[in-house]
This record gives sequence, structure tokens and C-alpha cells, in this order.
Amino acid sequence: MNILLFIDVTIKNFILSVGQAVLLAIKGFTGIFLPPFNLRLVLYEIDNFGLGSLLLVDLIALFTGMVMALQTIYGLSMYGAEMYVGSVVSLSLVRELGPVMASIMVGARVGSGIAAEIGSMQVTEQIDAMRALGASPIKKLVTPKMIAAMIALPLLTVTANVVGVFGGMIVALFELDIDSVFYINSILTTITVSDLLSGISKTVFFGLIIAVIGCHFGLKTTGGTTGVGRSTTITVVTISILILISDFFLTKLFFILF
Amino acid sequence: MKETIIEFKDVHKSFNGLFVHNGINLSIRKGEIISLLGGSGSGKSVLLKELIGLLKPDNGEITVMGKNIVQMNEEALMELREHVGMVFQGAALFDSLTVYENVAYPLREHLKLTEREISERVAEKLYLVGLIGIERKMPDELSGGMKKRVGIARAIATDPSIILYDEPTTGLDPMTAQRINELIIDLQKKLGVTTIVVTHDLQCVKTVSNRIAMLYNGKIITVGTWDELLQSKIQVVKDFISGNICI
Repeated sequence: MNILLFIDVTIKNFILSVGQAVLLAIKGFTGIFLPPFNLRLVLYEIDNFGLGSLLLVDLIALFTGMVMALQTIYGLSMYGAEMYVGSVVSLSLVRELGPVMASIMVGARVGSGIAAEIGSMQVTEQIDAMRALGASPIKKLVTPKMIAAMIALPLLTVTANVVGVFGGMIVALFELDIDSVFYINSILTTITVSDLLSGISKTVFFGLIIAVIGCHFGLKTTGGTTGVGRSTTITVVTISILILISDFFLTKLFFILF
Repeated sequence: MKETIIEFKDVHKSFNGLFVHNGINLSIRKGEIISLLGGSGSGKSVLLKELIGLLKPDNGEITVMGKNIVQMNEEALMELREHVGMVFQGAALFDSLTVYENVAYPLREHLKLTEREISERVAEKLYLVGLIGIERKMPDELSGGMKKRVGIARAIATDPSIILYDEPTTGLDPMTAQRINELIIDLQKKLGVTTIVVTHDLQCVKTVSNRIAMLYNGKIITVGTWDELLQSKIQVVKDFISGNICI
């Protein structure tokens, strides 16, 4: 009974948090159209979100591409089709693995950072001070992070796709002695614009999820430094779950659209 | 008698079913320094936050400069906050900004000033609180007393009509606390502002206050001068001043 109650409370809290985050996102979007416009803040957040995560995302993408190639070669060799490794690796990376891996990695790095930053500001009354000094925390903190995330994550995903495919090419070259030109040609004949668009479009939503969930749990932080720790943990968990759930629905949607 | 600038009428506030304010009634006169005295957790800081709309009371009316702020939306509250400066308990300086940017923050939000005017205003306010040449420092490079003074400089940056101090001397050594007390009196004299000080530091109360209001069990149980408080027949007031019980 206690376990059922725990599950019931957990699910209700999760849905409540998502609902509150949606309201925050609406307020954040409203902030885009209300003056004053602060481009400097957005650029700062893009730098933090994008450039700060570039090395991490690309390193993960490189090894993901390499592992994908190894596994694909193993699988395809059963049918004597290992020459198609480039097509399979690139399709998996561009449509699914690149966007999702990049988003989860960035979600963990940046989402937790946002929750910790805003959570610390909340417990040290800096958010109250901001309001008391006549500024809107939504406009100053949430809106720039939302815009930055929706711009930076698709760009990061593009680099992750390129680096991942390159990783696959290295493995194909050394394991199968496949010519690089052949490998690239097989990718170009397989990947279509709709594959690229469906993968990258998803990351706009994932970016929004990362920024909004991070801000939401940051602003809800109570209970001092312990509370900040709790907020960062729940932020990473929620972001990961929401990315994977929304990925399914977005994939389904993009199959219809593209 | 001076005109009333702030009025609390039957203000109620509770958190998770626990009441903090149970019918607060208090009038504050223009230009006076009034201290809100009470034990830890008695709801003094909550009262200050209600006064600038950071928290909404459950019931009651709060009138600031003739306007009932309980009914105000966030935009109207933003305008009101231009006239009210608040010094937070832990100073609440933005730790990613320099001292200069912290003091300039309300100027950029509320007033359309040139960078030169902002710079002059920041220097003037830092001079008023006795801090010169620290504009480029970050908050974590400052001592507790310096942070409080930067917080005061930030609160007075827009030349507000009302200044709220939340525990201005808590955690400071006696000498620094005395400097802060003198600064509160000095600013009231120089700027003529209405000042509300929330504290449980009796030395601070005695030094700075024109009047003192004591909060107990969610109500204001007495309002008067320090001498009147000393003569009070209310047992809780007598005990609080003599330190007989911990409220």
C-alpha cells in the first residue's frame, strides 16, 4: 500500500511540476516580446550553453559514432552487408542518437547548472532582491536561457552529427579498410534533408525543456544548500525523462510531417 | 502629527496552515524610523516582504503612499518599488556582479540615466555609506559589514522615500553594528526617508528608533518609544527587553 501511495504521489508531483514548468515557459515566451530587450544576456547564455558544452558533446559523439560503427559492422557482417556501415551509422546518428545524446549530456551539464545558479540565488534572497529592485526574474533569468537553449542546442547537435559520423568513418577505415570517399558517398546517398531536419528540429524542444526545467526547479528551491542539491538532482532526472518521453512523440510527429 | 505613509489593516498571513500574522494593524508616519521587534520566526521579515509585494497577505489591506498594494499586479508593484529600497538580511548582493554593477542595478531598471550619470550616482551612494574605491570588487571579496553597506548603497540608489532594513546588524561585530546603526540614522537625517528596521537586536532598536512596534503571536502588541517600552506593563514586552524568556 505504501509503495502504491509513493508511486501515486511521485507521479502527481511529476505532473504538477511539468504543469508549473509549462506556465513558466509561457511567461518566459511572453518576456521575449516585452521591452527592454537585452541581447547581451542572450549572447552570454549562448556562450555558456553552447561553447561551454561543445567539447563534451563532441567527445561523446565521436566515441558514440565509433562504437556504433563497431556494432554495426558486427551486425551487418552476418549478412555480408558491412559496406553499408556509413549509411546505418549516419542515419542512426542524424535522426536519433546525435540529438538525444547531445540533449541529455547538455541537459545534465547545463540544466543542473541553471538549477544550481538560480537555486542559490533563491536561497540567498537574490531573486527577492531582483524583484525588490524592480527587475523581473523571468525576463532577466528565464527568457535569455530559453532563447539561448533553443539556439545553441541545434547548433551543438549539428557538430555532434558531423563528429559522430567522422568517428564512424575512422572505425570503418581501420576495421574494414573502407575508402573515405565511398563512406561519405554512402552517407550522402542515404541521408535526406528530412532526416536532418527531423533530428535537429527535436533539439529546439529539448533545449526548451532543459532551460525551463532548470529554471523551474531553481526558482522553487527552498531549504538552503541542501535544497540546492535536491533541485539540481531532480532537474537532471526530470530533464532526462522528459527528453526521452518527448523524443518518442516528436519522432512520431516528424514521421508525419517530413 | 505627521501624515501616515504606510498602513497595515488587519493583515493575515499563514504558511502551510501555520499563521504568521493574525491581524496586524500598524500605522507608520512619514519620515520616522520605526523598528519592528520580535523573536525569531515571529514574522517580521514576512511583514517587510508583504510591504513591497514580494509576498501577498491572505487577508487585509496594506496601504503604501495612499495605494493598497494587495490589489496591485506585478507591473504596478514594479513602479512602487522605485520608491522603496530594501536592505536584505544577508545583503543579497548579486554575486556575479561587481559592487558597481550591484549599486547601478536599480538605476538601470528604474531610471533612464546615461552611463556617466549612473557612475556619479554609484560613487555618491558608496561615499554616503563610507565605501570608496571598491567599485570593481566582487561581493565575495567583501567583509560582512561591507556587504551590508553595499546593500544599503544599492537600496538608496534611486533615492527612495521608504527604506526597509531586514536585520541590519545581525552577525556583525559590535563596532560594525554601531557603524550601521549610525548610518541608518545618518541616512534618515540626510535623505528624510521613512525607515523601517526589522530586528531583534535591542541595541540597534534603542539607538535608531523613533518608535518601536513589537510583534508577538502574529499581532502588534505594543507601539511606542524606547522609554515607553521600558515602562510597559505587558509581561511579554518586559520579558523580551530583560531577556527573561526566549520568544
